[in-house]
Amino acid sequence: MFRDITLGQYFPGNSIVHRLDPRFKIIMTVIFIVTLFIGQSAVSLELGGVFCVMAIVLSRIPWKLILKSLKPIVLILVITSLLNLFFIKDGLPVFEWRFIKITETGINTSVFMVVRIALLIAGTSLLTYTTSPIMLTDAIESLLSPLKAVRFPVHDLAMMMTIALRFVPTLIEETDKIMSAQKARGVDLDGGKIMDRIRSVVPIIIPLFVSAVRRAGELATAMECRCYRGGVGRTKMRSLKFGPADIIALLISIYFLAAVIFVNAKL
Amino acid sequence: MAILKTEQLTYTYSQGSPFEKTAVDNVDIEIEEGEFVGVIGHTGSGKSTLVQHFNGLLRPTSGRVLLDGKDIWEDKKNIRTVRFRVGLVFQYPEYQLFEETVYRDIAFGPRNMGLSDAEIDSRVRSTAMAVGLSDDILERSPFELSGGQKRRAAIAGVLAMYPQVLILDEPTAGLDPKGRDMILSQIEDYHKRSGCTVLLVSHSMEDVAKFATKILVMNESRLFCYDTPQAVFKRSEEIYDMGLSVPQITRVFDIMKKRGFDIHDEIYTVKYAVELVANELRKKGRL
Ligand SMILES: Nc1ncnc2c1ncn2[C@@H]1O[C@H](COP(=O)(O)OP(=O)(O)OP(=O)(O)O)[C@@H](O)[C@H]1O
Ligand SMILES: [Mg+2]
Repeated sequence: MFRDITLGQYFPGNSIVHRLDPRFKIIMTVIFIVTLFIGQSAVSLELGGVFCVMAIVLSRIPWKLILKSLKPIVLILVITSLLNLFFIKDGLPVFEWRFIKITETGINTSVFMVVRIALLIAGTSLLTYTTSPIMLTDAIESLLSPLKAVRFPVHDLAMMMTIALRFVPTLIEETDKIMSAQKARGVDLDGGKIMDRIRSVVPIIIPLFVSAVRRAGELATAMECRCYRGGVGRTKMRSLKFGPADIIALLISIYFLAAVIFVNAKL
Repeated sequence: MAILKTEQLTYTYSQGSPFEKTAVDNVDIEIEEGEFVGVIGHTGSGKSTLVQHFNGLLRPTSGRVLLDGKDIWEDKKNIRTVRFRVGLVFQYPEYQLFEETVYRDIAFGPRNMGLSDAEIDSRVRSTAMAVGLSDDILERSPFELSGGQKRRAAIAGVLAMYPQVLILDEPTAGLDPKGRDMILSQIEDYHKRSGCTVLLVSHSMEDVAKFATKILVMNESRLFCYDTPQAVFKRSEEIYDMGLSVPQITRVFDIMKKRGFDIHDEIYTVKYAVELVANELRKKGRL
């Protein structure tokens, strides 16, 4: 079941989107999110959609994977659309029955919100699908480096993120293994009453915690043995460099943002 | 009738993703009741994946697994019963310990089976003794034990379910030679006493040769062969090519054969080799 988690999962490839400088990809994602949120009309959403679809096609990530990233938020999407549908009372009524009143504005808003959230998730998933976690943290460290001037521990933060991300697959694997081992001893994880189910989590959580703590200790020792002392004076094996393709990509996303601002102004 | 049987068993990890990997490929095998099977194969050949099918932890991508002639996946609700009948001790099982005391941890499996307290108590005590854990250790926390003691406690946790088929995935990896011999001879004892079927996954040819009545060789996700130790070690050339070894004593006698000694049998235990050499010497009147 843990295999279904796609957020933060890297999907290796060699497309143009994969090869873009991760810093630019992060900035472009931020611009994309801003574009989605300042957009007020269907036209601006369409622009966002075009941008998103273009990026997905260029990345050669299978559509199935994009849909999979939307799976965890289906419930949120349904609730959002229902709330908008039933609680927006102004505009032309389309359907009325007792206290229920569905209006044209309600339908429009609910579709608008759903598409907006779906695009938001698809777009940000694309970032993590096409960028390895290590690249991502390198990029965040580089983008935040101006904060070093005000003594913000940028390097430490990035290192913690790298380690956390690095251990996500390990922990998933470990959880799987412990679950199998306990299932072999008769733990019933699928059926049973709610209290039984809660109780059946104990034999999995405890070994997982024990091994996570042990692992953290071992990692700290291993890092100290290799003289790790934080960021001062450390150089990077892969330094990030950007080229013309990155600038062009950035310009395209700025162009879309400008277009949405322009559409807004005309309203 | 065979107690365990697979029919065209195939298992693929992460199917449909770029990490796709077929770890078990079209395996047909029949294991008779009461057999002591040594499972060997190089790292990554699919041994662990294969044995996890026998108690229904992994569901075949295609093919079937039959326990006592019945497909274990026929009725999904019965899979828990299958797991009580086929006990599986994982590679590095000490990471599954979680209870406050060793006693309670060993009792975990039997308790899940719904046995009575008296029955549980007698099982815990006898299996703890069988794996060489003393009574005072039973009251300690499993996290305070040494690595070898943890391993024993974990093995006892599965043994206490009195499984009909006992599968052990490298139970002796990382133990000292003495601990290794002790655990193996205890498993052998249990095998003899209960008449259960044992599958022992191991990298040590010596161990396998010493205990196994049948050997299962996996090579690159496929079943290479399943036969008696004699027949398997006869193919020592092929086994070398796979990156595996045969017992040292077999190697010695292979070389002796090449040098012209008249040896007909396949030798794979030191005990048998000694007998053979002694006989030979006796014949020549030197002993
Ligand atoms: N959870 C998993 N996800 C994806 N691939 C896996 C997983 N577990 C094992 N594999 C792959 O399946 C293949 C067989 O693995 P398996 O663990 O069965 O080998 P093994 O014979 O037990 O090896 P070892 O002797 O090292 O224990 C390996 O190539 C491994 O990389
Ligand atoms: Mg293995």
